[in-house]
Amino acid sequence: MNILVCISQVPDTTTKIAIAADGTSINPAGVKFILNPYDEFAIETGLRMKEQHGGSVTTLTVGPDTAKEVLRTALAMGSDIAVLVNDASRSDSFVVASAIAEYAAETSPDLIVFGRQSIDFDSFQIPSMVAELLQWPDVSTVSSLTIEGTTLKAESDIEGGKLSVEATLPCVISAQKGLYDPRYPKLPDIMKAKSKPITERAATAASARVTTNGMALPDSKRLNKVLGDSDSDVNELVRLLHEEAKVI
Amino acid sequence: MSILVVLEPHNDGLKRTSYEAIGAAVAIANGSAVHGVAFATNESQGAHAGKYGLTSCMLVNTPECNSQQSSNIAAAIADAAASVGATTILFSANSFGKAVAPRVAIRLQAGLLADCVELSRTGDAVHAVRPVYSGKAKITVSANTACTVVTLRPNVFTAKPTASATTSCTVFTPTTSVTRSAVVTGHAKNEGTLDVSEADIIVSGGRGLKGPEHFHIVENLAKSLNAAVGASRAVVDAGWRPHREQVGQTGKTVSPTMYVACGISGAVQHLAGMSSSKIIVAINKDKDAPIFTVADYGIVGDVFDVLPKLTAAVSAITGK
Repeated sequence: MNILVCISQVPDTTTKIAIAADGTSINPAGVKFILNPYDEFAIETGLRMKEQHGGSVTTLTVGPDTAKEVLRTALAMGSDIAVLVNDASRSDSFVVASAIAEYAAETSPDLIVFGRQSIDFDSFQIPSMVAELLQWPDVSTVSSLTIEGTTLKAESDIEGGKLSVEATLPCVISAQKGLYDPRYPKLPDIMKAKSKPITERAATAASARVTTNGMALPDSKRLNKVLGDSDSDVNELVRLLHEEAKVI
Repeated sequence: MSILVVLEPHNDGLKRTSYEAIGAAVAIANGSAVHGVAFATNESQGAHAGKYGLTSCMLVNTPECNSQQSSNIAAAIADAAASVGATTILFSANSFGKAVAPRVAIRLQAGLLADCVELSRTGDAVHAVRPVYSGKAKITVSANTACTVVTLRPNVFTAKPTASATTSCTVFTPTTSVTRSAVVTGHAKNEGTLDVSEADIIVSGGRGLKGPEHFHIVENLAKSLNAAVGASRAVVDAGWRPHREQVGQTGKTVSPTMYVACGISGAVQHLAGMSSSKIIVAINKDKDAPIFTVADYGIVGDVFDVLPKLTAAVSAITGK
C-alpha cells in the first residue's frame, strides 16, 4: 500500500504573535515553528499502515524552504520519501489542496492521511477539498482504523458520539488524537534524516479563492472580577452570574 | 443574490446550529431570499425553519444522502444552490459542516470562509471574521469568487424567531450523483452525557482536582447548572477523563455561554479551545494562574472548598 501523508509547519502554540507590516499576516521573526501536532498522528498512522500492509510512506508539505524541517522529522520517524512543494505564500486552503491533489493524481497513492486540523488556521478544509478534487471518498476525524484489501473501516468522531464509516481505497482520511500514539524518532534516525534527499516541486498554478483583508489581535473585553473564597464571596459570584451576566 | 442555508434535523425540528445559521443568513439578507436545504427531514421539521425567517425549504431524501454520504450530500447542495441561484451558502462549522462545506466549495468553485465568528455584507460581497493561531489573532476574509461558502462557529450566532412563520417546503431531487463515497454504517452515541461541543454551559476540571476520584465535585456543579463536563489535556492524558471531554488544542474548541474552569491553570493550549466563550469563570488557588487573565469572574481558592459551596448556591437558584 502506498501512503501519502500531508503535513504542515505551524507556529508553536506558546509563541507570541505579532502582526507583520502588510497587516494581513504574522511577523515570522522570533516565532518558533513546529510540526503541526495533529500531523504527528497522521505520520504515525501512515507508518502503521505500511507496517501492516507493506508499501511505502511519502510525506509531503506545502511551504517555504524552512518547512523542510518538518519533513526531516517525518523521515526520522520512518517516512521513505519526502516532498516539498515550494510555495512560501500558501495563499489559501484551495491552493494547498490543489498542490496536494496534483501530486496525488501523478503518483496514485492508495491512502492519503492528514492531521485533523492545522493549528494555525484551524479551518478543517484541506482533506475534504483534496478528496473532492480527486473525486475520492474521505473520512474525517478518524479515531480507529482498519484496512482489509481495498476496504477501509473507520470510526469518525462527531459531536456526542462516533460514526462507523466504510469506504473503498483510494481514500482520504484525517487523523484524530487517539488513533495512534506517535513514536519518538531515535537519535541515530534523526542524524540519518539530515542527509536524506527531499524532492522539491514547483507551486501549483491554481490561484487563491479567499483574500485576507486584515489581521488584528483579539480585543480582550474580559471583566477580570476576581473574588476570594469566603462564603460571602462565593454567594457574590453566584449573584453576579445571576443578575449581572444573566447566565444562571 | 440569494442565500442558501444547509439544515440538519433534530427531533421534531432542526439542530440549534441550523437555527443559528438561519439567524446569520437573515441578519445579512437585506431583502434577499433565504432558502434552506434540509437532509433526512420531513415537512414538519422543514416548516420549523420558517419560524426563524426562512423563505423556502428544499427537502432532500435520497438514500445516498440519508446514509450521510458526504460526496452525495455536497453534490445535492451544489444542485440546490444552482436551482435557486444562491451565491452564498451557509453551514454550521460542526462535524457535518466541516466535512461537507469544503466539497461544496470545490463543486461551486467558491472560496470557503471557515469557522467564522462575524459575518457582514457589502453589496454582494460577504465579509467574515475568523480566529486564527489558536485565537491569538483574527482575520477578515472574503472570497474573490462568484459564490461564497461559509461555515459558522457554533453557539456564536443567534437565531431570532420572526413574525412570518410560513415556509413553503418542496421535495428537491438532486440531478448529480456520485458513486465513490464513504458510507456511514453505524452511529454510536455517548450515553447520557451532554457533549462539550453542543453544551450551553461547560464546567471543566483540571489537575487541581488531584485525581479522578474527586471529579464528582465538578460533576455536581455541572449538574446544578445543567452543564456538560469538560477536562483539561493534563487530566485526559493522565487517563482520568475520556478524550471526548477534552477542551483545547488536540481536544475540542468550544464557545459556550458560560465556561467554568476548575483547578485549570490555563495553559495556552487550553485557552485556544475556550477563549471565545461568552462568560468565563475561573476557580484556582493560584492567584497568578494564567486562566484569570481571560476570566470575567474568578475565585482564588481551593476547588475542594469552593466547588461544594458554589454548587449549593447555584442549586438554590436553579433548583437542580
